[in-house]
Amino acid sequence: MSDKIKSDAVFGLARHFRLQWEDAQQNYVLLFPEGMVKLNGGAGEVIKRLDGKKTVADVVAELQAAFPGVPELEADVLSMLDLALGKDWIEQKNSL
Amino acid sequence: MNKKTHSKPLPKPFWLLAEITYRCPLHCAFCYNPTDFVNYTHNELSTEAWIKVLRDARQMGALQLGISGGEPLLRDDIEEIVAEAGSLGYYSNLITSGVGLTEKRIAEFKRGGLDHIQLSMHDISKEINNFITDTNTFELKKKVATMIKDYDFPMVLNVVIHRYNIEHIGEILEMAEQIGANYVELANTQYYGWSLLNRAQLMPTREQLIKAEAVTNKFRERIGSKMKIYFVVPDYYADRPKKCMNGWGEVFMIVTADGTVLPCHSARVLPNMTFPNVQEHGLEWAWNESPAFNKYRGDDWMKEPCRSCPDKEKDLGGCRCQALMLAGDAELADPVCELSPAHGVILQAIEDAKNPQLAAQPILFRNDKNSRKIIDGELKHLTDEFHALP
Ligand code: SF4
Ligand code: SF4
Repeated sequence: MSDKIKSDAVFGLARHFRLQWEDAQQNYVLLFPEGMVKLNGGAGEVIKRLDGKKTVADVVAELQAAFPGVPELEADVLSMLDLALGKDWIEQKNSL
Repeated sequence: MNKKTHSKPLPKPFWLLAEITYRCPLHCAFCYNPTDFVNYTHNELSTEAWIKVLRDARQMGALQLGISGGEPLLRDDIEEIVAEAGSLGYYSNLITSGVGLTEKRIAEFKRGGLDHIQLSMHDISKEINNFITDTNTFELKKKVATMIKDYDFPMVLNVVIHRYNIEHIGEILEMAEQIGANYVELANTQYYGWSLLNRAQLMPTREQLIKAEAVTNKFRERIGSKMKIYFVVPDYYADRPKKCMNGWGEVFMIVTADGTVLPCHSARVLPNMTFPNVQEHGLEWAWNESPAFNKYRGDDWMKEPCRSCPDKEKDLGGCRCQALMLAGDAELADPVCELSPAHGVILQAIEDAKNPQLAAQPILFRNDKNSRKIIDGELKHLTDEFHALP
């Protein structure tokens, strides 16, 4: 399912998108023209790490360090990225 | 019928639309502003009042902000309003005809943190642009589009579709691609306010609509994700109504030029309702407590056929204003619904769209003079057909 997401790919938010922490809601929101998405805890943790510099492998490693013992974390991250890419929330910043 | 039970937590007004002025240099035939808008052009909220609205709404959870009108650029304090929105963390959108946008102002908007600009365009031809807006604005809009690009704002083009431009949709999309639009809204006219009065003149035929949709889909396939295209289907040609505003008092909150707080653009037409005004009440009271906002929340208010309809959660019975204007009672099903006993009025409008004589009647343009005439009852022969237009 997520074989499109390569571990040395680098992602960042799509142009003109903004990720913002909403204190009142205690979650991240993704804001863009004509829309917004409330990100649940996991999705927020993944997307906030996409800075256009780190590779997918870096992001997975960081998350594993931050949330040790979470099973299937890598698979979850990959499918989250796959979904975000499919919705054009994020874009790949390097060419492989 | 049980009284409103707040078993569910109250929804939050995630989208705030600030209709900061009803003054407008354009006179569009399809304008959905109230037909009596001249009543609200001399009592606009002050800068301080708008800033308070922005702060209070943000506190209540609002995130998306549309700054619209009329033409918002007619306010001298728009830069201040934009900067306040920026510092509060709104994702803010200036909805404009482009008239009044200068280099100096757009630079100021960038500094103030404006997120995007939605520019209205009308056609590829100067003639139709100038005809339907009753102004000479064609060249100006192209210049403004370039400015928006130069300042790296995402460009959302909004094109209201009607029988005069629906056959040019392919060329309109090509123009959008040429000027580098990121999003294009092909918004088929919804019939409220001025556009309702001009419905027979504006409504396309079903045949035109089907062709336009096919052209749009083909273009979409070619362009892919480079440009997002929204095709807003005209509800008259659907079998079921739209879930108007995503539900009454569910997500959208509109504050109008004079401070009236509304759950939808045209709610003012509803009789026997008093909408709250920020000059008398806090926004929080308006959204959470006011009788007007609670009146059509949920589905307790419904009559048949909606009340026992298995689909009622899907569309919440459609639009209250449309039910009133076309069927005479805001609590009936939106007549767009094929199950509505009043659905015949929609079928008649569709039938009328095929009649070139009706379409050729003179258009009533949205301007001060016509608004006054409507208020004074001089155009009763036009307004009488629709309930509740003043
Ligand atoms: S639709 Fe036209 S006339 Fe109405 S507010 Fe917009 S630009 Fe002005
Ligand atoms: S009957 Fe009412 S609830 Fe059912 S589909 Fe029609 S408008 Fe919607």
